[in-house]
Amino acid sequence: MTEMADRFEPQILGFLCNWCSYAGADLAGTSRTQYSPNIRIIRVMCSGRVDPTFVLLALKNGADGVLIAGCHPPSDCHYLTGNLKARRRYHLLLKLLDQLGIERQRVRLEWISASEGEKFARVVNEFTEQIRALGPNPLKAS
Amino acid sequence: MPEQPKVGVYLCHCGTNIAGVIDIKKLLAYVETLPNVAVARDYTYMCSDPGQQLIRKDIHEYKLNRVVVAACSPALHEPTFRKILQEEGVSPYFFEMANVREQDSWVHMKNPEEALEIAKDTVRMSVARTAKLEQLEPKQVKVGKRALIIGGGISGISASLDLANAGFTVHLVEKSPTIGGRMAQLDKTFPTMDCSSCILTPKMVSVSRHPNIKLYTYAEVKDVQGFIGNFKVKVLQKPKYVDEKKCTVCAECVKVCPVEVPDEFNANLSWRKAIYIPFPQAVPPSYVLDEENCLGLTPLACGKCKEACEPDAMNYDDAPKEIELDVDTIIVATGYDPYDPSSDQEYNYGFFQNVVTSLEMERMLNASGPTSGKVLRPSDLKEPQRVVYVQCVGSRNERTNLYCSRVCCMYAVKQARQLKEKHPEMEVRIFYIDIRAFGKGFEEFYEKAARDYGVLFTRGRVAEILEDPKNRNLVVRAEDTLLGSPLELETDLVVLSVGITPTVEADEIHKILKIPTGPDGFFSEAHPKLRPVDTVIDGVLIAGTAAGPKDIPDAVAQAKAAASGAVSLMAPGVYTVEPYYALVDDTICGGCGTCVLLCPYQAISMENKRAKINEALCKGCGVCASACPAGAIKPNHFTDEQVISQIEQAIAK
Repeated sequence: MTEMADRFEPQILGFLCNWCSYAGADLAGTSRTQYSPNIRIIRVMCSGRVDPTFVLLALKNGADGVLIAGCHPPSDCHYLTGNLKARRRYHLLLKLLDQLGIERQRVRLEWISASEGEKFARVVNEFTEQIRALGPNPLKAS
Repeated sequence: MPEQPKVGVYLCHCGTNIAGVIDIKKLLAYVETLPNVAVARDYTYMCSDPGQQLIRKDIHEYKLNRVVVAACSPALHEPTFRKILQEEGVSPYFFEMANVREQDSWVHMKNPEEALEIAKDTVRMSVARTAKLEQLEPKQVKVGKRALIIGGGISGISASLDLANAGFTVHLVEKSPTIGGRMAQLDKTFPTMDCSSCILTPKMVSVSRHPNIKLYTYAEVKDVQGFIGNFKVKVLQKPKYVDEKKCTVCAECVKVCPVEVPDEFNANLSWRKAIYIPFPQAVPPSYVLDEENCLGLTPLACGKCKEACEPDAMNYDDAPKEIELDVDTIIVATGYDPYDPSSDQEYNYGFFQNVVTSLEMERMLNASGPTSGKVLRPSDLKEPQRVVYVQCVGSRNERTNLYCSRVCCMYAVKQARQLKEKHPEMEVRIFYIDIRAFGKGFEEFYEKAARDYGVLFTRGRVAEILEDPKNRNLVVRAEDTLLGSPLELETDLVVLSVGITPTVEADEIHKILKIPTGPDGFFSEAHPKLRPVDTVIDGVLIAGTAAGPKDIPDAVAQAKAAASGAVSLMAPGVYTVEPYYALVDDTICGGCGTCVLLCPYQAISMENKRAKINEALCKGCGVCASACPAGAIKPNHFTDEQVISQIEQAIAK
């Protein structure tokens, strides 16, 4: 057994806004910026489209972490204010996670623009390490 | 009854871009085991004609009703593959792209095993999603023949004339009192040595006389709402306090105006009055009263210009005008600002009088400039005998801007040649990193400067400039990187070859129009090679230096490309947009009205205690759907079922 195989590899699901963060993730690709292979990506039109139940469902299905990424507030949002609504929901969702006994560090909201390929890679790396330190999602076993 | 999905999955090698990292054979074997997959194939280039033929043949042979292509980002080739489906009689919205290049093989190049796992997951998610896709009808919007062009520099002027000549209505908005932009400030242009204003000013006049062009100078775009074919634009025009129609440009007002301020047009090397014309060939040809520097208009403090004005063109009661425009397409040509070297400590620009920028030199070289074409040291107004150019100021430097500004090498060579033409005995030396003479006729132009004009070239970046306080002479310290030795050189004048930076106003336009910008602040094109003047916003195009540093021929070429892009959007009269609007199931809607409050476009109203979405206003963000407590709202192509199908497959093992 190598050291690598022993290590806990978190499974992360990312909801990325089509206009900024998804394009930022594409830019990380065109720039050949290498990052942790722990994220799977779902493209949405706006971070405001991310229904809190999507996040809960991902956690229920065993995701160790969920990333929501959208356009920089206040005014970069392609749909004027979708990012602000995403932020509002995110903070309410954190309270709900507390009540459910799920660590709030498992859900992360980030602003990543189409020009921030490097930031996307950095966020994925940081978040992966954060979740690795936290350990597997307790819901996963059940 | 929904038909049983029959999915065709196509794995693209993209040459070695994908296949060089991901084991396609293993991926193919895995994909074949997925539910609903009727056929799976791989091919070197799926987007090529033979690749497309594979899909076309299979659609008929296997009666496919869903197609997944695992290749590049949907931003690149989703439209290509959707078209295949449409042409073969399958709804184009039954297509799904699995992004295994930008978001997989290119970011996990050293980790092929994990890259394969990601590819498996991504394709599995896509296949699952296709089962939930729905038939949609593309939405058609009417597009008229009116364009807004933001910025009246050479790019905006060129695009305006092309569109106007083709019969389209152009609204040209320029923030300063005249059109002409940066090009109007230049003396001669490389490599042909054309006089800049001789080739520019006739175009400016054509703009002002063209029946299809409506010109708004001293005006700024404040707000844009709507979409292609239906943009509603708010323009704020500042008061000029001079009636353009009455003003005869006699200059009597200038003679009596008591206020002097630095003249921006002359790079602050001379003075202008508070009432002024930016330059003699300005369009529109009229004076403008700069209210910030006027002694006072309310209450009137001076009033001398009105007394002096014979045609009675002064109007102190002029006020800002808000103009509303309806346009179909928009071209953004906001241009550039020269890099400000004040914060680069090593050059002491602003502290040492004899350190000037290339734009200041350009104005000095101009016969109608502040020195009537004489090159003078600011400290003593004597003609310098020795001039040093410092290249890449604000370019190719980690501390300032990483990018190359593309014009500085050639304008420095051009100015050096002009200096040598006027003063053959002058010692002119250019410190460079490399000379980038990449354009047509550029290399010849550069070689001639060295060979025939005797311009000296030293390879090395200038590290420091020092000043002798007695005579204000300068000492330049650098490393000659060809000789590998340090160098110290006394000179009379240093010219900083400053680069190109995005304008402050471009940031406002970025916020108003939501055009993405790159890390350097220039507007991003929809695709750097194939769609160089389009943006990701339908109906919004970019041209000139707003999209990145370029010289005049490139800016004009891009402006003409943007004009042609706008024509191809407007000429057909209709434009097809994605049917990504949201629908309300009024059998589920409880009429709570949450969505009405959330919609950023006021697209939702209450009718008979049920929410109703106006498809034309809805842009499909889906904010309403994720807030609806009853789950009654369905945003097309991003429905709950579709997203959930992906979530469920993302983690499954």
